[in-house]
Amino acid sequence: MRIALFATCLADTMFPAAAKATVQLLERLGHEVVFPEAQTCCGQMHINTGYQKEAVPLVRRYVRTFESCDVVVAPSGSCVGSIRHQHATVARQAGEPGLAARAEAVASRTYELSELLLDVLKIEDVGAYYPHRVTYHPTCHSLRVLRVGDRPLRLLRQVRGLDLVELPAAEQCCGFGGTFSVKNADTSTAMLADKMRHVLDTGADVCTAGDVSCLMHIGGGLSRLRTGVRTVHLAEILASTEAPA
Amino acid sequence: MSTHAPKGVGHLRGDEPFPAAAKVALANPQLRRNLQHATTTIRGKSGRVIAELPDWQELRSAGSALKAYTMANLPRLLEQLEEKVTAAGGVVHWAADATEANRIVTDLVRRTGEQRVIKVKSMATQEIGLNEALEEAGITPVETDLAELIVQLGHDKPSHILVPAIHRNRSEIREIFLREMPGVDPDLTDNPPDLAGAARRYLRETFLSTRVAVSGANFGVAETGTLAVVESEGNGRMCLTLPDTLITVMGIEKVVPAWADLEVFLQLLPRASTGERMNPYTSMWTGVTPGDGPQNFHLVLLDNGRTAVLADEVGRQALHCIRCSACLNVCPVYERTGGHAYGSVYPGPIGAVLSPQLTGVEDNSSLPYASSLCGACFDACPVKIDIPSILVHLRNQAPHPRSEKAAMAAAAYAMDRPRVYERAQKAARIAKLLGKRGRGLPPPLNGWAASRDLPEPPAETFRDWWRGR
Amino acid sequence: MSSKNLILRRIREALGDNPAQPEIPRDYRRAAEAPVDLDLLVERLEDYKAVVHRTSDISDAISRIVGDGQVVAPPGVPVEWLPRGSKTDNGLTAAEIAESDGVVTAAAVAIVETGTIVLDASPDQGRRILSLLPDLHICVLRPDQVVASVPEAVARLTPGRPLTWISGPSATSDIELNRVEGVHGPRNLHIVLVEEAA
Repeated sequence: MRIALFATCLADTMFPAAAKATVQLLERLGHEVVFPEAQTCCGQMHINTGYQKEAVPLVRRYVRTFESCDVVVAPSGSCVGSIRHQHATVARQAGEPGLAARAEAVASRTYELSELLLDVLKIEDVGAYYPHRVTYHPTCHSLRVLRVGDRPLRLLRQVRGLDLVELPAAEQCCGFGGTFSVKNADTSTAMLADKMRHVLDTGADVCTAGDVSCLMHIGGGLSRLRTGVRTVHLAEILASTEAPA
Repeated sequence: MSTHAPKGVGHLRGDEPFPAAAKVALANPQLRRNLQHATTTIRGKSGRVIAELPDWQELRSAGSALKAYTMANLPRLLEQLEEKVTAAGGVVHWAADATEANRIVTDLVRRTGEQRVIKVKSMATQEIGLNEALEEAGITPVETDLAELIVQLGHDKPSHILVPAIHRNRSEIREIFLREMPGVDPDLTDNPPDLAGAARRYLRETFLSTRVAVSGANFGVAETGTLAVVESEGNGRMCLTLPDTLITVMGIEKVVPAWADLEVFLQLLPRASTGERMNPYTSMWTGVTPGDGPQNFHLVLLDNGRTAVLADEVGRQALHCIRCSACLNVCPVYERTGGHAYGSVYPGPIGAVLSPQLTGVEDNSSLPYASSLCGACFDACPVKIDIPSILVHLRNQAPHPRSEKAAMAAAAYAMDRPRVYERAQKAARIAKLLGKRGRGLPPPLNGWAASRDLPEPPAETFRDWWRGR
Repeated sequence: MSSKNLILRRIREALGDNPAQPEIPRDYRRAAEAPVDLDLLVERLEDYKAVVHRTSDISDAISRIVGDGQVVAPPGVPVEWLPRGSKTDNGLTAAEIAESDGVVTAAAVAIVETGTIVLDASPDQGRRILSLLPDLHICVLRPDQVVASVPEAVARLTPGRPLTWISGPSATSDIELNRVEGVHGPRNLHIVLVEEAA
């Protein structure tokens, strides 16, 4: 299958490993990955911070860039959530019903990674090997906007060598929330402190999730405390194999 | 023409923005322990009784649709309610705002010649600052709900819709009672049944000797003129039964179309709020019943900004709220800051969307941002109010700081121009120059770096890598 | 302009976009799906700390509960249910009611699923004050008054009457959000569930 990658601005700029791993994983599974270079950002930060008007060109750019693609994947539950549940509304409220309809159409073909693997490619065991103790943080937008449910866990359970430990109070927000983490830094930090405590309680050496943004937040806190626990995107775990190609 | 709740009266506006108020709360470890304990308890209880109902989702859908139907037909339903209440011997008053509602209630009490009223916990009367208005008129309001009593005796402010003293634990409540409750047993323990018993003894005589009561209403049925108050302790029954005169203040959005519709809300509310299959007491009355209960009944229908909320196509669903407070109990922000940080009688996620709409967003502009948009509130809401979407919608209406506006415009400009965007990506590596892991960042980004390291910028961006393969 | 007209005008203007008239989905459980489960009713009543007596001898059960105490009752309660010395409410004062040791009433409806009894101020249930002030409320319930669910109860009740829905003794959740029994309403709730005489 020919799959277009929407890398997301954050992974493209700061966490290329997650996007690279998505490419490597899908290619290893026998699919062709394309990366339309006109892509930039889905506009979620603008929309969620109250700059909907400024986000309209970004919605238009996303739609134009990807509407010729049959299937789009992004290694981010949050960005896919915005594409699926906000883009059409932003276009409609900007008085562009035509763009809204196109946005809906593209959104219906845009998948978060675990959705793509299980719902479209129908594969649960991707043949990965990752000999670490891992705990999974479900991230709010994957959980409650996209409703990916246990898809990421089902994928992780098939990874050879991986010791999956349950994260206590997993469904509680890590406190990132985009610009929330800056505008309400103290509250965000208090939420992060509890999330980190739960991660550390598991004894895992890796905390994974489907969103680099939440991982940046959790990882930033774990790094500050010199805990030694690493944050690794789900794609990186699924892409890793015993004998790297 | 939308008119917001007036300034200078009532409790919808805080003294300081949410982040500043939250900072104070976050520095109080006892408060955080109390809140965490209480919200964890209630989440567990509520989850268990909700799981008992096989049709919970169907009930939520019915509740949501009933509320949308109510809003779409509000003029007709309110006039029908007025007609039915009047026919049953009640008197209906209309109050355009808090000031008018306070004047109506104060005048009604004055006309009875009484100097004291007993009150059932009511969000509407807290919202309009009725107690202050009564006190100014020389009338003593006595809060009879246990949590309200704890707040009143503690010279405190409510911090939760359902349990206004949620920020207090049992030993703090004991101390307040020992300090402030006349005639209290000095050997009072902090055992909850003993604390409840102390409140029973303290208020008993007041219930029996006060001739005017003020209540709110959970529901007002247009079809029949029936009002309902849902409660636990029996203080509601006392207030609704014993006095000669009952004055009920009800927001216009609390009207319910038909009698049978209560079958939906009476299932949703207790399970979502106190986590009970049914709350201990629900009282329903229709006007005046000769020989039974108050012989004078007044219903005050309150706008106070509600019509302004109704005018917003996205925001109006905030009026669907049945004040269960489930959204507070699941909110990770509320759990850490408590209710006082929101500055309004309506705290938590629903408060963050309701208060700014009642006052106008400019008066509560930090509240729509008091959320990480985690979405737990939407899942918990028994009438399916999409709180995260309203928050985002209100952020779009909120005044923005000039520097932020400039940065957002610049970011949007760059992101719509891939070449500029790529140059900006490279510039992101300058973060390295800002000191180790971002500790030298300017405000507001230093808020991030106070507790979190910034990631090391990668050697190459993803698109560099892609081109180089 | 009167405030009524002002508010109604504001509402009509606010609804200027003519919001959709939603259909109300009524696919939740409304009608009885199975025979009423009295055992479950007892379980649910006891879960909220009501004391249940299943008996065919109403007066015996009541006298055992009351002991030496003196109870009040509305005029419609059969005198043969009541212990000697009981007072009938033909205009008792609040003080007289408050001083009594208990009250005996019948009920209008009971709900299995929630462990709730509903009083509707019929002659055998009395004015609302009567079942409120005494610390002990004894409520006599017939099996034919029991329904499975809230919708069935709402359908049976008459909205014009003063209604009191009671689920256990008075309680509060105001201390650390846990249910604690015993505040202003009766602290003791006894349900006499009448069994068919053999």
